Amino acid sequence: MNSEKIIETTKLTKAFGSFKAVNEITFDVKKGEIFGFLGANGAGKSTAMKMLTGLLSPTSGEATVAGFDVFTQQEKIKKNIGYMSQKFSLYDDLSLLENIKFFGGIYGLSKEQLNERGTAMIERLGLSDVSHKLLKEVPLGWKQKIAFSVATLHQPKIVFLDEPTGGVDPITRRQFWEMIYEAADNGTTVFVTTHYMDEAEYCNRISMMVDGRIAGYGSPKELKADFKSDNMDEVFVKIARGENYKIQ
Amino acid sequence: MAVIKVNNLSKNYGEVEALKGIAFEVEQNEIFGLIGPDGAGKSTLIRILNSLILADKGEVSVMGKDPNKQYQYIRNNIGYMPGRFSLYEDLSVKENLEFFATIFGTTIKKSYNLIKDIYQQIEPFNDRKAGALSGGMKQKLALCAALIHYPKVLFLDEPTTGVDPVSRKEFWQIIKGLHQHNITIVVSTPYMDEADLCDRVALMNEGEILRIDTPKNVANSFDKPLYALEAKEGNYKLIKTLRAYPFLESVFPFGEKLHYTDQRDLDVTQALIEHLEAEGFNDINISKIASNTEDVFIRLMNNQKQ
Repeated sequence: MNSEKIIETTKLTKAFGSFKAVNEITFDVKKGEIFGFLGANGAGKSTAMKMLTGLLSPTSGEATVAGFDVFTQQEKIKKNIGYMSQKFSLYDDLSLLENIKFFGGIYGLSKEQLNERGTAMIERLGLSDVSHKLLKEVPLGWKQKIAFSVATLHQPKIVFLDEPTGGVDPITRRQFWEMIYEAADNGTTVFVTTHYMDEAEYCNRISMMVDGRIAGYGSPKELKADFKSDNMDEVFVKIARGENYKIQ
Repeated sequence: MAVIKVNNLSKNYGEVEALKGIAFEVEQNEIFGLIGPDGAGKSTLIRILNSLILADKGEVSVMGKDPNKQYQYIRNNIGYMPGRFSLYEDLSVKENLEFFATIFGTTIKKSYNLIKDIYQQIEPFNDRKAGALSGGMKQKLALCAALIHYPKVLFLDEPTTGVDPVSRKEFWQIIKGLHQHNITIVVSTPYMDEADLCDRVALMNEGEILRIDTPKNVANSFDKPLYALEAKEGNYKLIKTLRAYPFLESVFPFGEKLHYTDQRDLDVTQALIEHLEAEGFNDINISKIASNTEDVFIRLMNNQKQ
């Protein structure tokens, strides 16, 4: 990890009428970092992510993603990031390799690049023998790996993962996190949302949103110390509901 | 007395075996958890129990009735909250509740005692359309609707999926609160930590039940010494190094630490420290720990595959 900033926001705000869904958030994400973007339902995470991925124009503040401005360079942002959501939209009736090539093509890779990177990726995933199989014939864990690969084939500086492991079995979930570690190790920045608090511990740093604001920001170790908690679950409860909140 | 009895139950969708001959019983007034990932067969099982789909094979009895034949009785006496919000988005909170009350020949007033604790949280929004409610409020409304006719058995299909950790805890408080009303509750979830909140659980994966027991007995059923490990160099490097260690049996990240089992049964703490130090790791911390539901689930999944 170095100090180059891949995301940098200052007082970034999105208002819908008088309601501020995202209210002056300021944070940064460094190159090669695994950054966890947490928060309660309705706290403004999705709205913030839409702004950072160039899908929604902010109301005020400043932000750059991969060096591009979220106000004026949204198309450039879209080309230079990767994105994967829980409901990854791959094609069931295309093979694994065809899916990779199709989406790589959309990102403007040349035929040579598609062949080269597509094959290399399939090899690295250990799926060479089954690359011709249709997506619908393979287990969820493989689909997830393919979805991640598709999101990173064009070698973006940063990949956004929106609840990538929801509903996934505990082994596949952990294999997926190894892919994340590996990508980060190779210098890709990973921006991830999750409701699994053990996964929050896997992040280098996290931010936690409450009511449109960032109410917690730092490494899991720092946050646990700050909130005098043994684990991130406790930290989450204290940040979201106040220090003295108790579940009866 | 068992309220639900299932024996040798199978269900296929084309070539996919959703349920592979499962058997279990749920006792009166129990909170029974179906714990497992997507594709385990949880929703299929719940839909068979509440008479929405037919089994291919096996025996099922709910409150002593057969869902195939006596579905009217079953439907009148169960509550069902599906995974997807299924109320009318264009009706208000109150209209939705009145609608479901009317269908079951009752009124909000008659059921008020049962739904009070939950309903009071959404009553201030009585006139708001259901479609305009937040996720948490929708969930509470759906639960009220499922309870409006005082069901004997309540089926909750993944009520906490995609819900943040605090709201999940609060929803479980509500479930626990229903206990005093003598309702048997069957609840499914992909979150392993929620197993601890049930009276008994069935761990499910790929159409099979891997284990049925109290959460405590499940957690304690781990049959190997389990170690928690960490080092200054971080989990990723540690995992990679341990994978190459000849005595490794399994290693998985769990929160800030790794959970590790060894092929040897003796205490391997010292041996591990020496090995990791030789590999250049610093600030190594190893301790023997008690297993949790997720440890056991992972182990049972691995056995299932072999």
